[in-house]
Amino acid sequence: MTYLAAVDYDVIRSLYILAFAMFIFGLRLVTSPKTARQGNLIAAIGMAVALVATLLIDTVGDYWLIALGIAIGTAVGIPAARNVKMTAMPQMVALFNGVGGGAVALISWADYRNALATGGNPALATLIPILFAAIIGSVSFWGSNIAFGKLQEIIPSRPIQLPGQKIINVGLLLVAVGSAVAIAAGTESQALFILILVSAAVLGNMFVLPIGGADMPVVISLLNAFTGLSAAAAGIALDNVALIVGGILVGASGSILTNLMAKAMNRSIANIFAGGFGGVVLAGAAGDGEEKPVRSTDASDVAIQLAYARKVVVAPGYGMAVAQAQHTVKELAGELEKRGVEVDYAIHPVAGRMPGHMNVLLAEADVPYESLKEMDEINPEFQETNVALVIGANDVTNPAAREQTDSPIYGMPILDVDKAESVIVLKRSMNTGFAGIDNPLFYLDNTQLLFGDAKESVQQVLKEVEEL
Amino acid sequence: MDLLTEITILILGAFVGFEVISKIPNTLHTPLMSATNAIHGIVLLGGVLLIGTVDGFLNKLILVIAIAFGTINVVGGFLVTDRMLEMFKARRRPREAEEK
Repeated sequence: MTYLAAVDYDVIRSLYILAFAMFIFGLRLVTSPKTARQGNLIAAIGMAVALVATLLIDTVGDYWLIALGIAIGTAVGIPAARNVKMTAMPQMVALFNGVGGGAVALISWADYRNALATGGNPALATLIPILFAAIIGSVSFWGSNIAFGKLQEIIPSRPIQLPGQKIINVGLLLVAVGSAVAIAAGTESQALFILILVSAAVLGNMFVLPIGGADMPVVISLLNAFTGLSAAAAGIALDNVALIVGGILVGASGSILTNLMAKAMNRSIANIFAGGFGGVVLAGAAGDGEEKPVRSTDASDVAIQLAYARKVVVAPGYGMAVAQAQHTVKELAGELEKRGVEVDYAIHPVAGRMPGHMNVLLAEADVPYESLKEMDEINPEFQETNVALVIGANDVTNPAAREQTDSPIYGMPILDVDKAESVIVLKRSMNTGFAGIDNPLFYLDNTQLLFGDAKESVQQVLKEVEEL
Repeated sequence: MDLLTEITILILGAFVGFEVISKIPNTLHTPLMSATNAIHGIVLLGGVLLIGTVDGFLNKLILVIAIAFGTINVVGGFLVTDRMLEMFKARRRPREAEEK
């Protein structure tokens, strides 16, 4: 019997090895657009292998309850994934992140309760990862839910700050870590464990609330890294290699993205989480209340400029996502290309609300991915661009980041749209961007503004181009 | 398994992860994120491992919820990633723009 179990366990470990190999190979393929879909499928099969292997472990029981959990998860997951709109992808990712963190927090709680019921605190090698998983999982669950709320605009996406926020946050962290230390030092108390979960939950709320919409790509990436690390910790606690490897791969991916996003905004992660990006800036912007002249234009004029250009670069931002204008933009680009105009898209790494947000939207509209140029690639091309068409992007095109040393976004790499011969900005109104910063781009001599909903504006321009 | 072996696996996993994923182009950041969300759903295994060993209604309930959450990640994550990736198309002549 023991012999059989030992053999079984080797089989299980071999299956786990197969599963990681599939995760790693799958992720490797996801880094190129041509093979990405295949990579995703391979990773999914790896997941199925890991699940089957785990079900074979002899201590696993309660198959009906497992089936129930999986059935509920499937019943929720499939329609959610099928029906979500591409524009709502940031919310979806935030929600999935949160659910993952929540699962980790719940598992660590059940594991601790079980330990208490069967002989008290486990050994530190198990206990410390449980406590770590509880804190990070809970922060990640609640933080992601707040991020979801902000993206879905259930909660105002402007930074929300309470007086003494930083002190409260430090206090909450101390409560969570302090309780964890108390448990690790030998206190056996479920109440203390719940205190950890609750203080980490409040901390998760408090830590995302003060972050403005423009910083969302960083937050989502960081929460992604957190959920990964919490799963890896749970893996150590449960002595399960599959969890360790799966978790750390996600942790690595999230960390890479966090770093890339922070770099794309020229801000340190600490600085972003100190919060109040928008808050601080608003005060500055309110200071110079004078009205500066802008040149507004109309659809027919824009149509003429576009149709007779050699090269047009579209710089999309969150505004395009909100207006769901991506299909119309693609139609306009198609019409222009028919007339021999070269059309490219300039994608800033933090345009939109999550890493790669614009790419997904434009891919949805059938824009081939080679037309989507990354910032470093497109910036030198603006000098020979006749018209830069800025659609609902603001901060990522703000020349103040290059020139005004006192600007809060100074030093952030931007799309140099202002270097184009002419710049047309599609904008809903003269409100400042998400970060609340005034944009000198609007007042340049070569800039014209076309006011209105992005989609309607593009539609009108398209009609005018067709009539030319 | 002893702690040091597990930490070894963790560290090596981190290096492999960094190495493999650092080559990701901006274009695929969102699908990468949702694919890693799906992989994160592996926490469901934690629930599966524990649920047979715990007693009491509350423990079982907590773990059924955890398994459901993990499954949402796995199923939803892989599906939504597939939906996204399906849309990423090359131009008719993808040969020249191939980057490596």
